[in-house]
Amino acid sequence: MSTPLVVDNPETLPARRNQSISQLDLIVIPVFFVLLAVLLSVVWIYSDFDGTTTSILEPERLWTQAQEQITVALLSTVLVIILAIPLGILVTREGAPRLKNNLVTVLGLGQALPAYGLLVLFFVAFGQGTLTVVLALAAFALLPVLRNTIVGLEQVDKSVIEAGKGMGLTGFQRLRKIELPLAVPVIMGGIRTATIINVGMATLAYLIGGGGLGITIAAGLKINRPVSIFVGAVLVALIALAFDFIGGLAQRYLRPKGL
Amino acid sequence: MNLNPQDPPQEEKSVTTPKISLRDVTKTYSGVDTPAVKDLNLDIASGEILVLVGPSGCGKSTTLRLINRMIEPSAGEIIFDGEDVTNSDPNELRRRMGYVIQQVGLFPHRTIAENIAIVPKSLKWPKDKIRARVDELLELTGMDPNVYRDRYPKELSGGQAQRVGVARALGAEPDVLLMDEPFGAIDPITRFNLQNEFLRLQSELKKTIVFVTHDIDEAVKMGDRIAILRDQSEIAQLDTPEAILTNPADIFVEDFLGAGAVLKTLTLRRLNDIQLVHAPTITERTNRSEAAAQLRQSDFPFAVLLDDSRRPIAWVNQADLDSSDPLASNSRRIPVKLEPEDTLQEALSVMLQTSAGMSAVVDSTGQYLGTCTIQSLAELLTEPPVDGDSL
Repeated sequence: MSTPLVVDNPETLPARRNQSISQLDLIVIPVFFVLLAVLLSVVWIYSDFDGTTTSILEPERLWTQAQEQITVALLSTVLVIILAIPLGILVTREGAPRLKNNLVTVLGLGQALPAYGLLVLFFVAFGQGTLTVVLALAAFALLPVLRNTIVGLEQVDKSVIEAGKGMGLTGFQRLRKIELPLAVPVIMGGIRTATIINVGMATLAYLIGGGGLGITIAAGLKINRPVSIFVGAVLVALIALAFDFIGGLAQRYLRPKGL
Repeated sequence: MNLNPQDPPQEEKSVTTPKISLRDVTKTYSGVDTPAVKDLNLDIASGEILVLVGPSGCGKSTTLRLINRMIEPSAGEIIFDGEDVTNSDPNELRRRMGYVIQQVGLFPHRTIAENIAIVPKSLKWPKDKIRARVDELLELTGMDPNVYRDRYPKELSGGQAQRVGVARALGAEPDVLLMDEPFGAIDPITRFNLQNEFLRLQSELKKTIVFVTHDIDEAVKMGDRIAILRDQSEIAQLDTPEAILTNPADIFVEDFLGAGAVLKTLTLRRLNDIQLVHAPTITERTNRSEAAAQLRQSDFPFAVLLDDSRRPIAWVNQADLDSSDPLASNSRRIPVKLEPEDTLQEALSVMLQTSAGMSAVVDSTGQYLGTCTIQSLAELLTEPPVDGDSL
């Protein structure tokens, strides 16, 4: 029966929606970045630096500290990715459902500990140094990536996996070709969160000899130099914003087409 | 397939070698005492559409999924092409059977072409062969490859998605298609079109198809044979639609068929089974008084108004011809045209929608073939196909 009704008209269908959201934060973040940078320059130029402040805020020193901060944050993020994503995959496989809830609960408790306490615990266990900081930060930032990996894998439409299974894709092929690609946007969100946590937390690295901009902030606090506190804090914020922006870009370009 | 009643070659084959056999298959889920499927024996003949139909929870879907071992049987054997596949590699088995599900399950991050290419790709077909196959399948399922090849599933309507679902299931030329309520989530008009197209496709492809539905009308329309299942996938009756409708095995089957089994027999007959009549045809250019005279002489209350490419537009009566208004503007336009493959039930519903009591039949290009009248349907119903008492 030929009907005059046009039922299957492709032109009437909704197409792209989600893009506007990620586009928005790709604009907002640079705007904040520029505003903060301008504020920093203004404060820097118009503040009266005494001798102590000048030596605390020596540019080479700040540069080294920023590098330490970034190194620590990046290393712990990489460690988090290496640990949390395989773990998330493992606990979402068939036959391990109980482990999954327990794990999230335990790590949730871990995150409820104050960061300071966690750092001290790791210090007691592993001694001073960058490695200890990296491990402590990784432990702290594990949860968002793990949780997002689990959620990301579980939100994949079951009928798509079922169809893949029905076409003879093996469990590993289903993971690689269906589940992981479709979970990428959510997992990337978790990695982005973890990176920001790590950049911020790396400020505490100085406590156990890990360096970083925490040195400048702490010095400012100790000898009452607000400018130095301000400069250190704003630099941390600028690094965090820069990483968030890169994360946003990655989230956007790694997102599989067609979603 | 009832498309060609003069050509029923599958019957003899089914006696000799069934394409798929289930032997005493039982499925018991762990922690449940009563099996979901119990001691099921079922032979599926090569080239037939076997419909599994039954109330929800009767195990029809489970039965289907036992065939490609999406669900592993607890006991019994599955024979495919004479080979016991109960313990073979399930993934290899699944690549040999197309699988279509209600939710379609297209990979949203893959284009239409990539979706259709999944099984051929896992079978390591050469690239150009895959590309040619994808285009062929898109054509076959009524989708223009140039338009749809590189689109993503979210750009498709439900009906289009399921067309791609069927194309994907046919990807690596499997002999067998397993379809789990494939048209269940699609709006009635599109479903109707898809069913017809699928039957047309099947008349060329002659696949062996196991089709699950809960809708007895769909079962009657699609099935060469129907297995009506009750609890634990027990077969209440397994026979041709005609035999089941005219001679239900027991109360359960009767209840399941519901009232109106007589009317349902209309769904078994198609327009090309009956003699079409020929009402007078006119065009806008025909001389009106001549046409009026012609209409008076015929037995018909209406003439068919055709456009320049002989497509029916409207029913025209004496009064229309006497007036001077344009003929196409009258109220008895022909919105729905039937094709010879359509069932008599569809013809009846079209007639009831228009006041003319007639329905125009067209060929696949839309050209007028003839007319089916309500009288010819009534005559058909009073001379039943099998058994006069049952009607």
